Amino acid sequence: MSTPPVLIPHASGTNRDEEAAQAIRLAGGMPTIAHVNELRSGEVRIADYAAILLPGGFSYGDALGAGGRFALELRTWFADELAAAAAAGKPMLGICNGFQVLVKAGLLPGPMGKPRSVTLTENAEGRFECRWVTLRIEASCRSGWLGSVGGTTIRCPIAHGEGRVAVADAATADRLEDGLVAFRYLADGTRPTSSHPNAASGAYPANPNGSVNDIAGICDEQGTIVGLMPHPEDHVLAWQRPSGPEGGSGLPLFEAFVAGAR
Amino acid sequence: MTVRIDVTAPDDPRGAHVVANAPLVGVVALAGCRVTRVHHVEGDVTATQIAELCEQVLVDPVVDSSIVDGVTPAQGRVVEVALMPGATDPDARELEQAARNLGLPAIRVVTARRYDLIGELSDTDVATLTRRLLANDTIEISTEGELPAEFAGAAEADVRVDLVPLDSLSDDELAQLSHERVLSLDLREMQAIQAHFAAEGRHPRDAELETLAQTWSEHCVHKTFRATIDLTHTAADGTVTRTQHDGLLPALREVTEELDPPWLRSAFVDDAGIVAFDDEFDIAFKVETHNHPSALEPFGGANTGVGGVVRDVIGVSARPIACTDVLCFGPADLPDDQLPTGVLHPRRIRDGVVAGIGDYGNKLGLPTVNGAVLYHEGYTANPLVYCGALGILPHGSHPTKPEVGDRIISLGGRVGRDGIHGATFSSAGMDASTVDHVGSAVQIGDPITEKGLIEVIERARDAHLYNAITDCGAGGFSSSVGEMGEDLGVDVDLSAVPLKYPGLQPWEIWLSEAQERIVIAVPPAKLHMLRDLCGAWDVEVTDLGTFTGSERLVVRYGDTPVVDVPMAFLHDGIPRREMDAAWADSAPTDVVVPAIGVSHVLRLLAHPNVASKEDIIRRYDHEVRGGTVVRPYVGPEADGPADAAVLKPLGTAGTKAVVLSNGICPSVGRHDPYAMALLAMDEAVRNLVAVGGDPDQVAVLDNFCWGDPTKSDRLGSLVRAVQGCTEGARRYSMPFISGKDSLFNEFDGEAIPGTLLISALGLVPDLHRAIDSAGMADGDDVWLVGEHQRALGGSLASDEFNLGATDVPTPLHDPLPRYRAIHAAIASGLISAAHDCSDGGLAVAVAEMAIAARLGVTINVPADGFDPATALVNEAPGRLVLTASVAERPAVAAMLGEHGRRIGSVTGDTSVTLGEVVVPLDQAVAASTKGLVG
Repeated sequence: MSTPPVLIPHASGTNRDEEAAQAIRLAGGMPTIAHVNELRSGEVRIADYAAILLPGGFSYGDALGAGGRFALELRTWFADELAAAAAAGKPMLGICNGFQVLVKAGLLPGPMGKPRSVTLTENAEGRFECRWVTLRIEASCRSGWLGSVGGTTIRCPIAHGEGRVAVADAATADRLEDGLVAFRYLADGTRPTSSHPNAASGAYPANPNGSVNDIAGICDEQGTIVGLMPHPEDHVLAWQRPSGPEGGSGLPLFEAFVAGAR
Repeated sequence: MTVRIDVTAPDDPRGAHVVANAPLVGVVALAGCRVTRVHHVEGDVTATQIAELCEQVLVDPVVDSSIVDGVTPAQGRVVEVALMPGATDPDARELEQAARNLGLPAIRVVTARRYDLIGELSDTDVATLTRRLLANDTIEISTEGELPAEFAGAAEADVRVDLVPLDSLSDDELAQLSHERVLSLDLREMQAIQAHFAAEGRHPRDAELETLAQTWSEHCVHKTFRATIDLTHTAADGTVTRTQHDGLLPALREVTEELDPPWLRSAFVDDAGIVAFDDEFDIAFKVETHNHPSALEPFGGANTGVGGVVRDVIGVSARPIACTDVLCFGPADLPDDQLPTGVLHPRRIRDGVVAGIGDYGNKLGLPTVNGAVLYHEGYTANPLVYCGALGILPHGSHPTKPEVGDRIISLGGRVGRDGIHGATFSSAGMDASTVDHVGSAVQIGDPITEKGLIEVIERARDAHLYNAITDCGAGGFSSSVGEMGEDLGVDVDLSAVPLKYPGLQPWEIWLSEAQERIVIAVPPAKLHMLRDLCGAWDVEVTDLGTFTGSERLVVRYGDTPVVDVPMAFLHDGIPRREMDAAWADSAPTDVVVPAIGVSHVLRLLAHPNVASKEDIIRRYDHEVRGGTVVRPYVGPEADGPADAAVLKPLGTAGTKAVVLSNGICPSVGRHDPYAMALLAMDEAVRNLVAVGGDPDQVAVLDNFCWGDPTKSDRLGSLVRAVQGCTEGARRYSMPFISGKDSLFNEFDGEAIPGTLLISALGLVPDLHRAIDSAGMADGDDVWLVGEHQRALGGSLASDEFNLGATDVPTPLHDPLPRYRAIHAAIASGLISAAHDCSDGGLAVAVAEMAIAARLGVTINVPADGFDPATALVNEAPGRLVLTASVAERPAVAAMLGEHGRRIGSVTGDTSVTLGEVVVPLDQAVAASTKGLVG
């Protein structure tokens, strides 16, 4: 099998790029971490990559709202390249800060350029929080590359202060439920022994940030762009899991992502 | 023109936070609070361009509403708060950058926060809320009503160098000058400076005096730790011993040199200690304190404390990979009328410190994995904030020798007046007026700039772009450049230094402790490569001057001389102190131990020093970098406290992992500081062994936080603690590789309890064999290693039940055999769970394991000739509770030998049975996680 080249853009304040690279390698891809300045100068070209992974962190310190400035840069500097990548069906995945960037840039749920009706904002508890959660990859999600892992669950940590999915109105919530919800927090998500995972029904801490309808991640209309707040890249090796039951690895998600790039 | 843009999110949780905290500061009438982000934008921009800025970056269309250049209608009383001009303001900086990205005309921005306080509030209520919840006047300005925008001017230095005549000053006048300029120099040191400049036949310049004060500060030169000390020690039995000590620091280094294990790479000589990890990589570890700043501005103090210690690790060419923090606060429920004037409430200090640590570590992408939180009245005015950082570097990759002709290059943040006198300020006690004198010593960090330094230094190291490196900490350039050039001499031109704002005099630029700076020595031929690298990573480069070979410290501002002193005088001219110390250990008392029942066990579990710190821990990212093997909280409910952290550094091969642990027992030190040191070392080691660490390759760090060492009792207990450390290093065969002392932790003449933190760094040979305190299964045997002791002095039980015990446990004489036996059993995979006995003794240890695993445990408390209560709650060292399956019983018995015995089993029931005492598991869980009810 080929090892598709995967671009991992790094803005000042990005972190978890190295873990994302590790996950891509383990999943059979060839990761390249490139600073935004290198993309801007043309030293590294988005077009040369088969997939794009926007990693976690605090790009530009999350001043003015998480991911805001990086999102502005995507819109003002790279809109055409990103549109071309999306048109070519190249998978794009944003994790945590990367998800925030994609949402603030208007790429999720998209389309870019229309007024935004979905956002990521302060956790309902009003503070940064780090804990393990359980996610379900929604079988009903329209994302093609996620399809092979639809219906499976992932256990992995969250680590964010602005991860609450909020929508402008009920119509937007309905629109998301029409195949755009990619990941949902499950009940007992913080409790690794959970044997009967059900939707979290909004209850903290299973839904750790107060996201509407327990949404942990979404995709765009075409299903090529996917974003989520939790960190599956921090659970790709068995020993990374806290004590508790086997399984819940994030690796199949990255394998699906890399497969989508082939 | 200047435009004001108000942005508010109706359900901003920060407003709810203010409402929730108002009753805690005595304001019960606050019914609601709306928080508004205020931006003053100055520049030649049109209304359309302002609208674009709002739409593109400032206003989230889903949750925010905004008002441009209008007055937001007041909802109740309005208070506005802004940072003092010149303070780090990332929001303003990013908005200015966003305007550039959008191709708008250049703008300048200052930000503020507006609070609409809703409810029937009195003037006093508003003043209280402002002072205690909304603003900190050390770094912020606030007013009721609208605050006008204050823009700083263009950045140019105020080139003024003043002479400070010393020749005619009397001894009294010298002492007074030292006090007035916050030099923190004593008379003999002032006289030495006076004599030096008299011999040179000139007056010192202001910068020269300041440079000497910084270099000679307690903070930088550790003069107490280098002094000769006469100690008079009175033991508990009344025996008096007089000893002479030829330097405390040399004594600690001497043991390390004596032990000199093959895996030791570097101890005491650099910004951090370094030990081997595997054939390819070394590990660097450093623990610092940031106590004084955290007392005045908890968020900024702790924030820059993390930033500082991380830079120490960068300063040995390592990539930082983890943070630790140990915090000591006054009681969170301290009544307001017991709070000294000029002191922030312990709860506010705690919340600010925790937020500051989380903010910096999280934004650097570093897991904060190990720590402790202690509460005691003695820390009310002087909280302790120990910040540690761990780093990794390829073996042999850290260059340490600058060469003549190398450029002196500063990387990172710009210079402001921030942090001036930090080193000398932390070398004196505090009182109610401290804020007015040294408010400028407190700063807020900028982790994103430091993140850039991490990325750039790792790459510059691998490309061999520099010959030496050090971080800019206390004393700023004066300290970093002064130390780096000690052997060669330097010529520095301050006019090249980029400033945050105007008006700094040369000595202020030279002394500023502005954060996020690293200084490196770069061969001129490699300078262009460094500039390219830094350009790619958005890191600012400043060429300060050159390493000369003149053996003089020469600093200029353009052509204006600022400093010109011989390196020899700067570094060796300080007179060695001769000090007297006296210490008397507590005399024994008669202790009557009450029978221990269920309520006693629950009280111990609910004690703030024992109860769950999950609320704090979850504010820190402990997962980033994907290497966390043993987390701060363990078990199926993730709420059982772990003994130590185990980390597998990202990018390392094999199964080896790092283990970090700590030991701290200041309550013992009040009675016997020597025993405290040995007992703290034991705690660090048993924590480390409990998760699978190898006791035969452990390095330790010392951190002493003490009162004013010029007072003989403070110094006496300090010397005794150092004696305990050197003895402990020998008994445990563990070298000290780095240390730090923070003295003068006093307020109005009251000292903190002398507090020694021992941080231990070790290895787990196979991460798959790392265990925690929750891994046991129903039916497992419970084993106890170690013996009880009768002494309850310094124990949690003595404190909680007011026993008045003063007699402290006897430290172990030959600790390694038992720890090797335990380690062998764990490394063989025989042990399912382990937990050490520390605060609250066997009772708390067993209960915590049951809580962590959510399984019942039954033990027969071996009395060993003591009453059952003493056996349950004594805190004798060297004890661990282990569990193992019944099938492994013979193997475990053989491996533990005389050190272990079977005391019970893990049960399927729902109680913790400690002999006669049966504690329902759900009550134990509740006490640990929610405190005592009713």
